[in-house]
Amino acid sequence: MFALLPKLFRREKTRSRDIAMERLRLALVHDRVNVSPQTMEGLRQDMIYAISNYMDVDAQEVAVKLTPTGAAQVALVASIPVNRMKKDALRD
Amino acid sequence: MGEVIVITSGKGGVGKTTATANLGIGLALLGKKVVLIDTDIGLRNLDVIVGLENRIVYDLVDVVEGNCRMKQALIRDKRYESLYLLPAAQTKDKTAVSPDQMQRLCKELAQDFDFVLIDCPAGIEQGFRNAIAGADSAIVVTTPEVAAVRDADRIIGLLEAEGKSRPRLIVNRIRPQMVKAGDMMAADDVKDILGVELLGVVPEDEYIVIATNRGEPVVATPTSAAGRAFRDIVRRMAGEDVPIMPLDADDGGFFGKLRRMFNAKEG
Ligand SMILES: Nc1ncnc2c1ncn2[C@@H]1O[C@H](COP(=O)(O)OP(=O)(O)OP(=O)(O)O)[C@@H](O)[C@H]1O
Ligand SMILES: [Mg+2]
Repeated sequence: MFALLPKLFRREKTRSRDIAMERLRLALVHDRVNVSPQTMEGLRQDMIYAISNYMDVDAQEVAVKLTPTGAAQVALVASIPVNRMKKDALRD
Repeated sequence: MGEVIVITSGKGGVGKTTATANLGIGLALLGKKVVLIDTDIGLRNLDVIVGLENRIVYDLVDVVEGNCRMKQALIRDKRYESLYLLPAAQTKDKTAVSPDQMQRLCKELAQDFDFVLIDCPAGIEQGFRNAIAGADSAIVVTTPEVAAVRDADRIIGLLEAEGKSRPRLIVNRIRPQMVKAGDMMAADDVKDILGVELLGVVPEDEYIVIATNRGEPVVATPTSAAGRAFRDIVRRMAGEDVPIMPLDADDGGFFGKLRRMFNAKEG
């Protein structure tokens, strides 16, 4: 009876084991690729520049980040709001 | 040619020296010829853990500097016929040895021994460089804590950069009860995050404290849970196919406690 009580309460909180895993995953993404914020900003600028040849993007809102996708893998995820396509790009 | 294996971790105090001593003695008990090298220059430890601190005459730096022959520096353990120790120098610092010298030394020892086990100092500086220089492969020790696993990941990256690929993992100081309650990462969680092969899981064990006091590592203690874990690990190292047993997480309530009390008295 008393043994059941902690189990009932525990349901509410995330287990610290899961919190540890989540914190580790995030920390390792950055450790593994070892990129500085400056590098990420450089990448962001270059992407805006390249994409601008094809579409008109909202440069302020472009976000680029690394996220974990699996045990030992990361993905580069970019969110790039497009205002409109460039005329040249639409031709073919 | 024997195998040269470095036991390393990144974060300090997670059990490298404990593991080196137990694996060495365990392998010697299987009849393998083993030499343990303490590369923690200035902070030697391994000699005390294996109980050979009173027999040191020469050390690693003496061998490297040519002050003595290798044979003179190796201490033979009288309890385990085929176990030898090459102690670290206590009064020098890590720059007294270079990675090149370590490479030559390990090659020489691999001629005579089945296993050359290198106890690595904490950190990623010169001491680490020296310790891994002559190794064919690496065993990475970690505890199931965020900081230790993070440092282990860093070390695995550095090892791979040095061509020591596919390091094997030992997760030390697991508390099965806490894992079961969801308050400690399981060995498999750690393995999945690090993406390496799991060599073994060693539980938290009070016997280790007693063993350290006595200078007689737990691998030879039948009743020790950590001892059993190390015995399984050495059999895996020797090429046997030993499954990784889930640790006993069953506290068994009142009767379990009673049973454990009796077992402890018997042991
Ligand atoms: N499974 C275990 N159960 C209980 N205590 C342990 C266990 N493993 C290690 N310890 C204890 O943890 C402490 C640190 O262990 P050890 O000296 O082997 O770590 P280390 O990684 O070699 O440290 P350093 O980085 O300083 O060289 C010691 O007091 C040891 O007795
Ligand atoms: Mg140590």
